[in-house]
Amino acid sequence: MSVAVASRPAGHLFGMSPDRLFVVLSRLVALTALIVTLSILSPYFLTWNNLINVLRHAVPLFIMSAGLTVVVLTGGIDLSVGAVLGLSACLAASLIAGGHPELGIAAALGAGLACGLVNGMLVSYARIPSFIATYGMLWIANGMAYVFMQGEVIYGLPAAFRTIGTGMLGAIPVPILIMLGTLLILHVIMHRTPFGVGVYAIGGNPVAARLSGMPVRRRLVIVYVLSGFMASFAGLIVIARTNAADVSLGEEQLLPAIAAVCLGGTSLFGGVGGVAGTAVGALILALVLNGMNLLGVKTFWQAGVLGLIILLSVLADQVVGGRINRTST
Amino acid sequence: MSAAGAHSQIVKRSQLGVWLAQAPGAVYLLAVLSIGLTILTPNFFSIANLTNVTLQIAVLVIVALGMTLVILTEGIDLSLGPVLGLCGVVMGMMVVTDWPLWMALGAAMLIGAAFGVVNGTLVSYVDMPPFIVTLGTFGIAQSLATMLTEGNSVTGLPDYVRWFNDGAPLGIPVPLWATAAVFALTYVLLYRTKFGRYTFAIGGNRRALVLSGSNARFYQVLVYVYAGVLTALASFIMTARLNAAHPTIGVGLEFDAIAAVILGGTSFEKGRGGILGTLIGALAVGVLRNGLNLMGVSTEWQVAIVGLIIIGAVSLDSIRGHYA
Repeated sequence: MSVAVASRPAGHLFGMSPDRLFVVLSRLVALTALIVTLSILSPYFLTWNNLINVLRHAVPLFIMSAGLTVVVLTGGIDLSVGAVLGLSACLAASLIAGGHPELGIAAALGAGLACGLVNGMLVSYARIPSFIATYGMLWIANGMAYVFMQGEVIYGLPAAFRTIGTGMLGAIPVPILIMLGTLLILHVIMHRTPFGVGVYAIGGNPVAARLSGMPVRRRLVIVYVLSGFMASFAGLIVIARTNAADVSLGEEQLLPAIAAVCLGGTSLFGGVGGVAGTAVGALILALVLNGMNLLGVKTFWQAGVLGLIILLSVLADQVVGGRINRTST
Repeated sequence: MSAAGAHSQIVKRSQLGVWLAQAPGAVYLLAVLSIGLTILTPNFFSIANLTNVTLQIAVLVIVALGMTLVILTEGIDLSLGPVLGLCGVVMGMMVVTDWPLWMALGAAMLIGAAFGVVNGTLVSYVDMPPFIVTLGTFGIAQSLATMLTEGNSVTGLPDYVRWFNDGAPLGIPVPLWATAAVFALTYVLLYRTKFGRYTFAIGGNRRALVLSGSNARFYQVLVYVYAGVLTALASFIMTARLNAAHPTIGVGLEFDAIAAVILGGTSFEKGRGGILGTLIGALAVGVLRNGLNLMGVSTEWQVAIVGLIIIGAVSLDSIRGHYA
């Protein structure tokens, strides 16, 4: 990694400090424990169909959360990802079902880029705290989706479009290839380009980043634009998989997105973590939701379980990272 | 005119200018809305409608007052909406199954306080970001409320519950009494007690407070507890008004409350702001929603418009902050 420090203090394994090692290992243990437990509890769990199903669920979740991860790495947050996903999905579904697939895809991605651009400008140039700017955007995007849909449910999308959600390339589902491709591209961007290294620097020490002459504001805008774009891309994959879109789609996406990032071990204070962790986080989350489904847990519990996952994973990282008595605000 | 007189006049004029420039956005919004709505809709400026608006915003004002204190400490509480739903559901289920009213009210307030303790402890002692903590408890409160009622509403409440909305001791409706009492209590707490001084100071410089060995962390927890208890109070009025307890009724209320606080001039930085602004802010949000209703604008557009107004108000606040 180009951001790695040249000389590491003693006690570091695999180039990680002990608290980072805890974050990584605890996630891998959680993932293994989940797979073992679910295999024992449900005979249906370890079937090919179900595992593919879990992965398909994880793909849009990962793509949305990967964009959010980059925002979180700068020390910010994007609470609008779920709503942007919903808005894009509604725009795309309506235009594609109406016979304009290219226009639908362009409109969805355009909406994501536009929302991200506004978020980025508000955060970097108007210097609004990111959770407020993107919280306002959440409701704006929700409202626009409602107005656009007028309570309708759109279903029946053309098979060609549905390839990105349900298609197979040989024995491998297309969405999984999309997920791997996205992960690879983002990983390279984040670790091998000045932009990516800059994102880590902004999150790690914003003052130093600014003083070093880095274009901090421009990079922040790009980060939020990327997040909006990824959310709308995830929206396309969701409607391709479910073959339907309604306005409630975006409302249920924010908690999972944040939970995937927290589970992925990216620090909410910025500068530490990455998209690879988020891929693991999205996988764990997809397994949890799948397991609840298989074990017949009522959907009422879903929000609560996601809330608990967020609180517990951040709590554990705070305790182990020794940040509990941080005196800064 | 003497030089001194001219000078004092200039000072006076510029003071008026300063006041106008520093007045919270809510003052302007409320003025524009009131004039516009009086002209556009004949029903707006009627006693019936204005009474209606005041009663409708009682719940919002009470929640927003708690939110003001949280935001003054540079925090945020996204969980207040679902917590309101949960408190209402618990209180409703208890009175329906013949528990005494005081115990039902007590249980609801305990739940509000408990969520405050969890939120406050995680923010203050564990140093987790407030929006993450309260988003987590948002999910938990929402699940608990829907799970308790299996997603249904609690109906068939005893008649005496309606007193919280319909009762009018001395000719003044209970929601107005409650709003006034909560405002007075918050005023005293914020401006006359150690709790209030800490609330402002935590937002001003928490780090210095903690390093100086003061009890700032404890007072920060109390701020979240206070917001939770006020939300439980608001849930009584909400339940009485609807004569039913809906598990998801509060979702989105936290959004209006945040809008009211920001429009009222309370800033997310450095403990600037106060509760008089929040009162005007809540009035502005209430009048805006009422006006949009009267003009037949759908709830969905209203949500988007309030979102735009939040962003606009914070941007103005931020821009003015840079030139102040």
